[in-house]
Amino acid sequence: MTTQSASDRSLLVSFGEEISLETHRQVARLTRLLLGERGILNLHPAFCSVLIDFDPRLRTHDNVEALVRERLAAADDAEAARPRTIEIPVSYGGEAGPDLDDVARHCGLSSRRVVELFSAAEYEVYFVGFSTCFPYLGGLPPELATPRLASPRRHVPEGSVAIGGSQAGVYPLASPGGWRLIGRTARRLFDPQTEPPGLLRMGDRVRFVPVREERP
Amino acid sequence: MSGIRVLAPGLQTTVQDLGRFHFAHHGVSASGAADALALRAANLLVGNAENAAALEMTLSGATLRFEERSVVALTGSDFGAGLPLWEAIEIAAGETVACGATRSGARCYLAVRGGIEVALVMGSASVHVMTGVGGRPLRKGDMLAIGQAAVRRARRVPAADVPVAGAAPLRVTAGPQADWFGDELYRSLYTVSEESNRMGLRLRGTAITAAHAGHMLTEGVPLGAIQAPPDGQPIILFVEHQTTGGYPKPANVISADFWRLGQLRPRDEVRFELVPLDRALELLQAQERWLYGLL
Repeated sequence: MTTQSASDRSLLVSFGEEISLETHRQVARLTRLLLGERGILNLHPAFCSVLIDFDPRLRTHDNVEALVRERLAAADDAEAARPRTIEIPVSYGGEAGPDLDDVARHCGLSSRRVVELFSAAEYEVYFVGFSTCFPYLGGLPPELATPRLASPRRHVPEGSVAIGGSQAGVYPLASPGGWRLIGRTARRLFDPQTEPPGLLRMGDRVRFVPVREERP
Repeated sequence: MSGIRVLAPGLQTTVQDLGRFHFAHHGVSASGAADALALRAANLLVGNAENAAALEMTLSGATLRFEERSVVALTGSDFGAGLPLWEAIEIAAGETVACGATRSGARCYLAVRGGIEVALVMGSASVHVMTGVGGRPLRKGDMLAIGQAAVRRARRVPAADVPVAGAAPLRVTAGPQADWFGDELYRSLYTVSEESNRMGLRLRGTAITAAHAGHMLTEGVPLGAIQAPPDGQPIILFVEHQTTGGYPKPANVISADFWRLGQLRPRDEVRFELVPLDRALELLQAQERWLYGLL
Protein backbone atom coordinates (compact mmCIF):
# COMPACT_ATOMS: atom_id res chain seq x y z
CA MET A 1 0.00 0.00 0.00
CA THR A 2 1.26 3.50 -0.85
CA THR A 3 -0.18 6.91 -0.04
CA GLN A 4 0.30 10.37 -1.45
CA SER A 5 -1.43 13.70 -1.16
CA ALA A 6 -3.65 14.42 -4.14
CA SER A 7 -4.65 17.89 -2.92
CA ASP A 8 -4.54 19.86 0.33
CA ARG A 9 -7.70 18.03 1.43
CA SER A 10 -7.32 14.54 -0.02
CA LEU A 11 -5.12 11.47 0.26
CA LEU A 12 -4.74 8.85 -2.49
CA VAL A 13 -4.22 5.31 -1.20
CA SER A 14 -3.03 2.79 -3.83
CA PHE A 15 -2.85 -1.00 -3.76
CA GLY A 16 -0.53 -1.53 -6.74
CA GLU A 17 -1.30 -1.11 -10.43
CA GLU A 18 -2.83 -4.45 -11.41
CA ILE A 19 -6.56 -4.58 -12.17
CA SER A 20 -7.58 -7.80 -10.45
CA LEU A 21 -10.25 -9.24 -8.22
CA GLU A 22 -7.77 -9.37 -5.33
CA THR A 23 -6.89 -5.66 -5.64
CA HIS A 24 -10.58 -4.82 -5.98
CA ARG A 25 -11.31 -6.62 -2.71
CA GLN A 26 -8.66 -4.51 -0.92
CA VAL A 27 -10.17 -1.34 -2.38
CA ALA A 28 -13.67 -2.43 -1.35
CA ARG A 29 -12.51 -3.32 2.17
CA LEU A 30 -10.83 0.03 2.80
CA THR A 31 -13.85 1.89 1.44
CA ARG A 32 -16.14 -0.07 3.76
CA LEU A 33 -13.88 0.51 6.77
CA LEU A 34 -13.78 4.29 6.30
CA LEU A 35 -17.45 4.99 5.54
CA GLY A 36 -18.93 7.22 8.21
CA GLU A 37 -15.61 8.18 9.86
CA ARG A 38 -15.66 11.65 11.36
CA GLY A 39 -14.02 14.27 9.14
CA ILE A 40 -14.03 12.00 6.06
CA LEU A 41 -16.25 13.70 3.50
CA ASN A 42 -16.05 11.40 0.48
CA LEU A 43 -14.46 8.15 -0.66
CA HIS A 44 -13.66 7.65 -4.34
CA PRO A 45 -12.80 3.99 -4.94
CA ALA A 46 -11.39 2.99 -8.35
CA PHE A 47 -9.69 -0.13 -9.79
CA CYS A 48 -6.63 -0.09 -7.51
CA SER A 49 -6.97 2.96 -5.29
CA VAL A 50 -9.19 4.92 -2.94
CA LEU A 51 -9.12 8.71 -2.90
CA ILE A 52 -10.09 10.02 0.54
CA ASP A 53 -11.51 13.57 0.72
CA PHE A 54 -11.30 14.95 4.24
CA ASP A 55 -12.27 18.12 6.06
CA PRO A 56 -8.96 19.97 6.51
CA ARG A 57 -10.35 21.71 9.60
CA LEU A 58 -10.64 18.34 11.36
CA ARG A 59 -7.96 16.16 9.80
CA THR A 60 -4.51 16.23 8.21
CA HIS A 61 -2.85 13.97 5.64
CA ASP A 62 -0.75 12.29 8.35
CA ASN A 63 -3.77 11.78 10.55
CA VAL A 64 -5.81 10.22 7.70
CA GLU A 65 -2.90 7.97 6.75
CA ALA A 66 -2.64 6.79 10.37
CA LEU A 67 -6.38 6.09 10.38
CA VAL A 68 -6.07 4.03 7.17
CA ARG A 69 -3.19 1.95 8.58
CA GLU A 70 -4.98 1.42 11.88
CA ARG A 71 -8.24 0.32 10.21
CA LEU A 72 -6.47 -1.99 7.74
CA ALA A 73 -4.43 -3.61 10.53
CA ALA A 74 -7.43 -4.21 12.77
CA ALA A 75 -9.44 -7.41 12.48
CA ASP A 76 -12.21 -6.85 9.99
CA ASP A 77 -15.30 -7.14 12.15
CA ALA A 78 -17.54 -5.57 9.55
CA GLU A 79 -16.81 -8.28 7.04
CA ALA A 80 -18.26 -7.71 3.60
CA ALA A 81 -21.92 -8.57 3.43
CA ARG A 82 -22.60 -11.70 1.42
CA PRO A 83 -22.50 -10.45 -2.18
CA ARG A 84 -25.86 -9.71 -3.72
CA THR A 85 -26.59 -10.88 -7.24
CA ILE A 86 -28.55 -8.39 -9.30
CA GLU A 87 -30.23 -9.40 -12.53
CA ILE A 88 -30.49 -6.82 -15.25
CA PRO A 89 -32.96 -7.54 -18.08
CA VAL A 90 -31.56 -6.46 -21.44
CA SER A 91 -33.00 -5.98 -24.91
CA TYR A 92 -30.03 -6.63 -27.18
CA GLY A 93 -29.30 -5.21 -30.63
CA GLY A 94 -31.44 -3.13 -32.92
CA GLU A 95 -32.24 0.38 -31.77
CA ALA A 96 -31.47 -0.59 -28.16
CA GLY A 97 -27.97 -1.82 -29.03
CA PRO A 98 -26.80 -0.08 -32.21
CA ASP A 99 -23.18 -1.31 -31.86
CA LEU A 100 -23.97 -5.01 -31.36
CA ASP A 101 -23.15 -5.91 -34.97
CA ASP A 102 -19.91 -3.89 -34.89
CA VAL A 103 -18.84 -5.65 -31.69
CA ALA A 104 -19.61 -9.01 -33.33
CA ARG A 105 -17.57 -8.07 -36.41
CA HIS A 106 -14.65 -6.87 -34.28
CA CYS A 107 -14.69 -10.09 -32.24
CA GLY A 108 -15.19 -12.38 -35.26
CA LEU A 109 -18.39 -13.78 -33.74
CA SER A 110 -22.06 -13.78 -34.67
CA SER A 111 -24.23 -11.21 -32.91
CA ARG A 112 -26.15 -14.07 -31.33
CA ARG A 113 -22.94 -15.54 -29.92
CA VAL A 114 -21.96 -12.12 -28.48
CA VAL A 115 -25.31 -12.00 -26.65
CA GLU A 116 -24.87 -15.59 -25.40
CA LEU A 117 -21.37 -14.96 -24.07
CA PHE A 118 -22.28 -11.57 -22.56
CA SER A 119 -25.34 -13.00 -20.82
CA ALA A 120 -23.62 -16.16 -19.58
CA ALA A 121 -20.89 -14.30 -17.71
CA GLU A 122 -21.08 -13.21 -14.07
CA TYR A 123 -19.79 -9.71 -13.45
CA GLU A 124 -18.61 -7.98 -10.30
CA VAL A 125 -19.01 -4.27 -9.66
CA TYR A 126 -15.36 -3.18 -9.25
CA PHE A 127 -16.43 0.32 -8.32
CA VAL A 128 -19.06 2.94 -9.05
CA GLY A 129 -17.59 6.13 -10.38
CA PHE A 130 -16.97 8.62 -13.10
CA SER A 131 -20.58 9.81 -13.29
CA THR A 132 -23.70 9.27 -11.24
CA CYS A 133 -24.01 5.58 -10.27
CA PHE A 134 -22.01 4.34 -13.28
CA PRO A 135 -20.82 0.78 -12.46
CA TYR A 136 -17.42 -0.44 -13.68
CA LEU A 137 -17.92 -4.18 -14.15
CA GLY A 138 -15.14 -6.76 -14.13
CA GLY A 139 -15.75 -10.17 -15.69
CA LEU A 140 -16.32 -9.41 -19.37
CA PRO A 141 -15.34 -12.54 -21.36
CA PRO A 142 -11.97 -11.58 -22.94
CA GLU A 143 -13.21 -12.53 -26.43
CA LEU A 144 -15.76 -9.67 -26.21
CA ALA A 145 -13.25 -6.89 -25.48
CA THR A 146 -13.81 -4.11 -28.03
CA PRO A 147 -12.13 -0.68 -28.13
CA ARG A 148 -14.20 2.40 -27.38
CA LEU A 149 -15.53 4.55 -30.21
CA ALA A 150 -12.91 6.86 -31.74
CA SER A 151 -15.35 9.72 -31.30
CA PRO A 152 -17.80 9.54 -28.37
CA ARG A 153 -21.56 9.84 -28.98
CA ARG A 154 -23.11 13.08 -27.82
CA HIS A 155 -26.13 11.22 -26.48
CA VAL A 156 -26.20 7.73 -25.01
CA PRO A 157 -29.72 6.83 -23.82
CA GLU A 158 -30.39 5.98 -20.16
CA GLY A 159 -30.05 2.26 -19.45
CA SER A 160 -27.66 1.53 -22.31
CA VAL A 161 -25.61 -1.64 -21.71
CA ALA A 162 -22.14 -1.23 -23.14
CA ILE A 163 -18.63 -2.57 -23.64
CA GLY A 164 -15.61 -0.26 -23.28
CA GLY A 165 -12.31 -2.06 -23.86
CA SER A 166 -12.25 -4.98 -21.40
CA GLN A 167 -14.95 -3.47 -19.16
CA ALA A 168 -18.69 -3.75 -19.22
CA GLY A 169 -20.99 -1.03 -17.94
CA VAL A 170 -24.49 0.41 -17.90
CA TYR A 171 -25.31 4.11 -18.35
CA PRO A 172 -27.60 5.08 -15.44
CA LEU A 173 -28.48 8.43 -17.03
CA ALA A 174 -28.51 9.74 -20.56
CA SER A 175 -25.08 11.26 -21.17
CA PRO A 176 -22.33 11.56 -23.76
CA GLY A 177 -20.23 8.40 -23.97
CA GLY A 178 -17.73 6.43 -26.01
CA TRP A 179 -18.53 2.83 -25.07
CA ARG A 180 -20.07 0.35 -27.55
CA LEU A 181 -23.80 0.03 -26.99
CA ILE A 182 -25.03 -3.56 -27.31
CA GLY A 183 -28.40 -3.35 -25.55
CA ARG A 184 -30.60 -1.47 -23.14
CA THR A 185 -32.30 -2.19 -19.83
CA ALA A 186 -35.53 -0.76 -18.50
CA ARG A 187 -34.32 -1.31 -14.92
CA ARG A 188 -33.47 1.99 -13.21
CA LEU A 189 -29.91 2.21 -11.94
CA PHE A 190 -30.27 5.59 -10.30
CA ASP A 191 -33.03 6.97 -8.09
CA PRO A 192 -32.11 9.97 -5.94
CA GLN A 193 -35.08 9.27 -3.65
CA THR A 194 -33.71 5.90 -2.51
CA GLU A 195 -30.94 5.32 -0.02
CA PRO A 196 -28.41 4.48 -1.38
CA PRO A 197 -29.34 6.13 -4.68
CA GLY A 198 -27.82 3.46 -6.93
CA LEU A 199 -29.12 -0.02 -7.76
CA LEU A 200 -25.56 -1.35 -8.02
CA ARG A 201 -22.93 -1.10 -5.29
CA MET A 202 -19.29 -2.02 -5.20
CA GLY A 203 -18.93 -5.78 -4.75
CA ASP A 204 -22.34 -6.70 -6.17
CA ARG A 205 -22.50 -9.58 -8.66
CA VAL A 206 -24.37 -8.79 -11.86
CA ARG A 207 -26.02 -10.93 -14.51
CA PHE A 208 -27.51 -9.68 -17.76
CA VAL A 209 -30.65 -11.55 -18.71
CA PRO A 210 -31.89 -11.34 -22.30
CA VAL A 211 -35.46 -10.11 -22.57
CA ARG A 212 -37.39 -12.64 -24.62
CA GLU A 213 -38.48 -10.97 -27.83
CA GLU A 214 -42.18 -11.16 -28.62
CA ARG A 215 -42.65 -13.06 -31.86
CA PRO A 216 -45.78 -12.72 -33.97
CA MET B 1 -48.50 35.81 0.29
CA SER B 2 -45.10 34.79 1.54
CA GLY B 3 -41.82 33.69 0.07
CA ILE B 4 -39.95 34.90 -2.98
CA ARG B 5 -41.40 35.10 -6.50
CA VAL B 6 -39.02 34.64 -9.45
CA LEU B 7 -39.95 37.38 -11.92
CA ALA B 8 -36.96 36.65 -14.17
CA PRO B 9 -34.50 33.79 -13.53
CA GLY B 10 -31.28 35.20 -15.02
CA LEU B 11 -28.89 33.06 -17.01
CA GLN B 12 -28.50 30.19 -14.53
CA THR B 13 -29.77 30.69 -11.01
CA THR B 14 -29.79 27.67 -8.73
CA VAL B 15 -30.37 26.80 -5.09
CA GLN B 16 -27.06 25.82 -3.50
CA ASP B 17 -25.63 24.90 -0.13
CA LEU B 18 -22.18 23.49 0.65
CA GLY B 19 -22.80 20.24 -1.21
CA ARG B 20 -23.80 16.62 -1.07
CA PHE B 21 -21.15 14.59 0.72
CA HIS B 22 -20.69 10.83 1.37
CA PHE B 23 -21.95 9.74 -2.09
CA ALA B 24 -18.75 9.81 -4.18
CA HIS B 25 -18.60 6.00 -4.00
CA HIS B 26 -21.93 6.06 -5.85
CA GLY B 27 -20.41 8.28 -8.53
CA VAL B 28 -22.08 11.43 -7.18
CA SER B 29 -19.77 14.42 -6.67
CA ALA B 30 -20.47 17.00 -3.98
CA SER B 31 -21.76 19.84 -6.17
CA GLY B 32 -22.56 22.82 -3.89
CA ALA B 33 -21.80 26.51 -4.29
CA ALA B 34 -19.16 27.35 -6.89
CA ASP B 35 -17.90 30.12 -4.59
CA ALA B 36 -18.56 28.49 -1.23
CA LEU B 37 -16.81 31.30 0.64
CA ALA B 38 -19.32 33.86 -0.69
CA LEU B 39 -22.25 31.57 0.13
CA ARG B 40 -21.02 30.94 3.68
CA ALA B 41 -20.38 34.65 4.21
CA ALA B 42 -23.85 35.58 2.94
CA ASN B 43 -25.42 33.09 5.34
CA LEU B 44 -23.38 34.29 8.33
CA LEU B 45 -24.25 37.94 7.56
CA VAL B 46 -28.01 37.25 7.76
CA GLY B 47 -27.64 35.05 10.85
CA ASN B 48 -28.11 31.66 9.17
CA ALA B 49 -26.19 28.45 9.67
CA GLU B 50 -23.37 28.62 7.11
CA ASN B 51 -24.74 25.63 5.16
CA ALA B 52 -28.22 27.11 4.64
CA ALA B 53 -29.58 27.00 1.10
CA ALA B 54 -29.15 30.25 -0.84
CA LEU B 55 -29.26 31.38 -4.48
CA GLU B 56 -26.29 31.19 -6.80
CA MET B 57 -26.55 33.47 -9.84
CA THR B 58 -24.21 33.11 -12.80
CA LEU B 59 -23.05 35.95 -15.09
CA SER B 60 -26.50 37.55 -15.18
CA GLY B 61 -28.77 37.61 -12.15
CA ALA B 62 -32.41 37.11 -11.25
CA THR B 63 -35.23 39.54 -10.58
CA LEU B 64 -36.99 38.52 -7.38
CA ARG B 65 -40.06 39.90 -5.63
CA PHE B 66 -40.09 39.41 -1.85
CA GLU B 67 -43.65 38.74 -0.77
CA GLU B 68 -42.72 39.08 2.90
CA ARG B 69 -40.40 41.33 4.86
CA SER B 70 -36.94 39.75 4.66
CA VAL B 71 -33.29 40.21 5.54
CA VAL B 72 -30.92 39.34 2.70
CA ALA B 73 -27.21 39.57 1.91
CA LEU B 74 -25.63 39.74 -1.54
CA THR B 75 -22.03 38.49 -1.76
CA GLY B 76 -19.54 37.49 -4.42
CA SER B 77 -19.58 39.59 -7.57
CA ASP B 78 -21.47 42.82 -8.20
CA PHE B 79 -24.48 42.09 -10.41
CA GLY B 80 -25.66 45.70 -10.38
CA ALA B 81 -28.66 45.26 -8.07
CA GLY B 82 -28.13 48.77 -6.66
CA LEU B 83 -27.82 47.33 -3.14
CA PRO B 84 -24.69 47.17 -0.98
CA LEU B 85 -22.77 43.88 -1.15
CA TRP B 86 -21.40 41.93 1.85
CA GLU B 87 -23.90 43.23 4.38
CA ALA B 88 -27.29 42.29 5.76
CA ILE B 89 -30.05 44.49 4.34
CA GLU B 90 -33.76 44.68 5.02
CA ILE B 91 -36.19 44.17 2.17
CA ALA B 92 -39.80 45.32 2.62
CA ALA B 93 -42.74 43.06 1.74
CA GLY B 94 -43.54 43.56 -1.94
CA GLU B 95 -40.10 44.97 -2.77
CA THR B 96 -38.23 43.69 -5.86
CA VAL B 97 -34.49 42.95 -6.04
CA ALA B 98 -33.34 43.14 -9.67
CA CYS B 99 -29.90 41.82 -10.49
CA GLY B 100 -28.41 42.42 -13.92
CA ALA B 101 -25.27 41.48 -15.76
CA THR B 102 -22.10 41.01 -13.75
CA ARG B 103 -19.78 43.95 -13.28
CA SER B 104 -16.95 41.84 -11.85
CA GLY B 105 -16.70 38.02 -11.53
CA ALA B 106 -18.90 35.10 -12.55
CA ARG B 107 -21.18 34.62 -9.54
CA CYS B 108 -23.31 36.50 -7.07
CA TYR B 109 -25.00 34.89 -4.04
CA LEU B 110 -28.20 35.92 -2.34
CA ALA B 111 -28.88 34.52 1.10
CA VAL B 112 -32.13 35.24 2.90
CA ARG B 113 -32.50 35.09 6.67
CA GLY B 114 -34.08 31.68 7.36
CA GLY B 115 -32.63 30.13 4.20
CA ILE B 116 -34.37 29.00 1.02
CA GLU B 117 -36.59 26.07 1.98
CA VAL B 118 -36.41 23.15 -0.43
CA ALA B 119 -36.61 19.39 0.00
CA LEU B 120 -33.16 17.91 0.56
CA VAL B 121 -32.05 15.24 -1.92
CA MET B 122 -29.43 12.90 -0.48
CA GLY B 123 -28.88 15.32 2.37
CA SER B 124 -28.36 18.49 0.36
CA ALA B 125 -30.31 21.32 -1.24
CA SER B 126 -27.68 21.74 -3.94
CA VAL B 127 -28.80 21.55 -7.57
CA HIS B 128 -26.43 19.39 -9.60
CA VAL B 129 -27.11 21.10 -12.91
CA MET B 130 -25.64 18.44 -15.23
CA THR B 131 -27.68 15.51 -13.82
CA GLY B 132 -30.71 17.28 -12.36
CA VAL B 133 -30.07 15.80 -8.91
CA GLY B 134 -31.53 18.24 -6.39
CA GLY B 135 -33.67 20.11 -8.88
CA ARG B 136 -33.17 22.50 -11.79
CA PRO B 137 -32.25 26.12 -12.43
CA LEU B 138 -34.98 28.60 -11.53
CA ARG B 139 -37.66 29.57 -14.05
CA LYS B 140 -39.91 32.57 -14.33
CA GLY B 141 -42.86 32.20 -11.97
CA ASP B 142 -41.17 29.84 -9.50
CA MET B 143 -42.08 30.49 -5.89
CA LEU B 144 -39.39 29.98 -3.24
CA ALA B 145 -40.29 29.42 0.40
CA ILE B 146 -38.21 30.93 3.19
CA GLY B 147 -37.16 28.46 5.89
CA GLN B 148 -36.09 28.41 9.53
CA ALA B 149 -32.29 28.28 9.16
CA ALA B 150 -31.62 31.45 11.17
CA VAL B 151 -29.56 30.65 14.27
CA ARG B 152 -28.49 34.12 15.53
CA ARG B 153 -29.05 37.81 14.93
CA ALA B 154 -28.10 39.24 11.57
CA ARG B 155 -24.79 41.15 11.55
CA ARG B 156 -25.24 44.88 12.01
CA VAL B 157 -22.18 46.14 10.15
CA PRO B 158 -20.83 45.32 6.68
CA ALA B 159 -18.06 42.75 6.33
CA ALA B 160 -14.56 44.25 6.12
CA ASP B 161 -11.60 43.04 4.05
CA VAL B 162 -13.86 41.08 1.69
CA PRO B 163 -12.21 38.65 -0.74
CA VAL B 164 -11.00 40.23 -3.98
CA ALA B 165 -9.81 37.97 -6.78
CA GLY B 166 -7.49 40.38 -8.63
CA ALA B 167 -4.85 39.10 -11.02
CA ALA B 168 -2.85 37.08 -8.50
CA PRO B 169 -1.93 33.57 -9.67
CA LEU B 170 -4.11 30.65 -8.63
CA ARG B 171 -2.16 28.72 -6.06
CA VAL B 172 -1.78 24.96 -6.45
CA THR B 173 -0.13 22.04 -4.70
CA ALA B 174 1.52 19.16 -6.55
CA GLY B 175 -0.88 16.58 -8.00
CA PRO B 176 -0.40 12.80 -7.94
CA GLN B 177 1.43 12.77 -11.31
CA ALA B 178 3.37 16.05 -10.79
CA ASP B 179 6.74 14.45 -11.53
CA TRP B 180 5.59 13.41 -15.03
CA PHE B 181 5.49 17.08 -16.04
CA GLY B 182 7.85 19.98 -16.59
CA ASP B 183 7.09 23.54 -15.50
CA GLU B 184 5.00 24.70 -18.51
CA LEU B 185 1.97 25.09 -16.24
CA TYR B 186 3.81 27.68 -14.16
CA ARG B 187 5.36 29.65 -17.01
CA SER B 188 2.26 30.23 -19.12
CA LEU B 189 -0.83 32.40 -19.17
CA TYR B 190 -4.09 30.52 -19.72
CA THR B 191 -7.49 31.74 -20.89
CA VAL B 192 -10.77 30.33 -19.51
CA SER B 193 -12.73 28.78 -22.40
CA GLU B 194 -16.42 29.39 -23.14
CA GLU B 195 -17.00 25.63 -22.72
CA SER B 196 -16.43 25.90 -18.98
CA ASN B 197 -19.23 25.06 -16.55
CA ARG B 198 -19.77 23.71 -13.04
CA MET B 199 -18.23 20.37 -14.07
CA GLY B 200 -14.95 21.79 -15.23
CA LEU B 201 -13.06 24.90 -16.25
CA ARG B 202 -11.41 24.35 -19.61
CA LEU B 203 -8.30 26.42 -20.22
CA ARG B 204 -6.56 27.42 -23.44
CA GLY B 205 -2.84 28.12 -23.62
CA THR B 206 0.52 26.35 -23.71
CA ALA B 207 -0.03 22.59 -23.81
CA ILE B 208 1.21 20.69 -20.78
CA THR B 209 2.49 17.32 -21.83
CA ALA B 210 3.84 14.54 -19.69
CA ALA B 211 7.62 14.38 -20.27
CA HIS B 212 7.82 10.76 -19.10
CA ALA B 213 4.32 9.40 -18.88
CA GLY B 214 3.86 6.40 -16.63
CA HIS B 215 1.03 3.90 -16.65
CA MET B 216 -2.20 5.75 -15.85
CA LEU B 217 -5.14 3.91 -14.32
CA THR B 218 -8.50 5.53 -13.63
CA GLU B 219 -8.37 6.87 -10.06
CA GLY B 220 -10.41 9.09 -7.77
CA VAL B 221 -10.17 12.80 -8.52
CA PRO B 222 -10.64 15.64 -6.01
CA LEU B 223 -12.16 19.09 -6.42
CA GLY B 224 -9.73 21.50 -8.07
CA ALA B 225 -7.64 18.80 -9.77
CA ILE B 226 -5.87 20.05 -12.89
CA GLN B 227 -6.08 17.34 -15.54
CA ALA B 228 -3.87 17.13 -18.60
CA PRO B 229 -5.82 15.36 -21.38
CA PRO B 230 -3.99 14.19 -24.53
CA ASP B 231 -4.19 17.64 -26.20
CA GLY B 232 -2.43 19.14 -23.16
CA GLN B 233 -5.04 21.90 -22.61
CA PRO B 234 -5.65 21.85 -18.84
CA ILE B 235 -9.08 21.18 -17.32
CA ILE B 236 -9.73 22.21 -13.70
CA LEU B 237 -12.28 19.83 -12.18
CA PHE B 238 -15.01 21.87 -10.56
CA VAL B 239 -17.88 21.31 -8.12
CA GLU B 240 -19.89 18.93 -10.36
CA HIS B 241 -16.77 17.01 -11.38
CA GLN B 242 -16.63 13.34 -12.27
CA THR B 243 -15.62 11.24 -9.25
CA THR B 244 -12.90 9.26 -11.06
CA GLY B 245 -10.75 10.03 -14.08
CA GLY B 246 -7.98 8.61 -16.21
CA TYR B 247 -5.96 11.71 -17.17
CA PRO B 248 -2.75 12.59 -15.30
CA LYS B 249 -2.90 15.50 -12.89
CA PRO B 250 0.15 17.75 -12.46
CA ALA B 251 -1.41 19.99 -9.81
CA ASN B 252 -4.45 20.78 -7.66
CA VAL B 253 -5.84 24.20 -6.78
CA ILE B 254 -5.57 24.89 -3.04
CA SER B 255 -8.73 25.00 -0.89
CA ALA B 256 -8.19 28.68 -0.05
CA ASP B 257 -8.46 29.53 -3.78
CA PHE B 258 -11.53 27.38 -4.62
CA TRP B 259 -13.77 30.45 -4.29
CA ARG B 260 -11.76 32.18 -7.03
CA LEU B 261 -12.57 29.32 -9.43
CA GLY B 262 -16.23 30.14 -8.89
CA GLN B 263 -15.62 33.73 -9.93
CA LEU B 264 -13.72 32.97 -13.17
CA ARG B 265 -15.56 33.99 -16.33
CA PRO B 266 -15.00 32.84 -19.90
CA ARG B 267 -12.02 34.76 -21.41
CA ASP B 268 -10.52 35.55 -17.98
CA GLU B 269 -6.79 34.91 -17.80
CA VAL B 270 -5.14 32.80 -15.13
CA ARG B 271 -1.63 31.92 -14.02
CA PHE B 272 -0.57 29.23 -11.57
CA GLU B 273 1.84 29.27 -8.66
CA LEU B 274 3.06 26.15 -6.89
CA VAL B 275 3.01 26.33 -3.08
CA PRO B 276 3.92 23.72 -0.44
CA LEU B 277 1.13 21.88 1.39
CA ASP B 278 1.77 23.62 4.72
CA ARG B 279 1.47 27.03 3.04
CA ALA B 280 -1.85 25.95 1.47
CA LEU B 281 -3.16 25.05 4.92
CA GLU B 282 -1.96 28.34 6.48
CA LEU B 283 -3.82 30.25 3.77
CA LEU B 284 -6.96 28.21 4.44
CA GLN B 285 -6.72 28.88 8.19
CA ALA B 286 -6.41 32.62 7.56
CA GLN B 287 -9.49 32.49 5.33
CA GLU B 288 -11.51 30.59 7.94
CA ARG B 289 -10.50 33.17 10.58
CA TRP B 290 -11.78 35.96 8.34
CA LEU B 291 -15.05 34.10 7.74
CA TYR B 292 -15.77 33.38 11.40
CA GLY B 293 -14.93 37.00 12.17
CA LEU B 294 -18.34 37.70 10.58
CA LEU B 295 -20.12 35.98 13.47
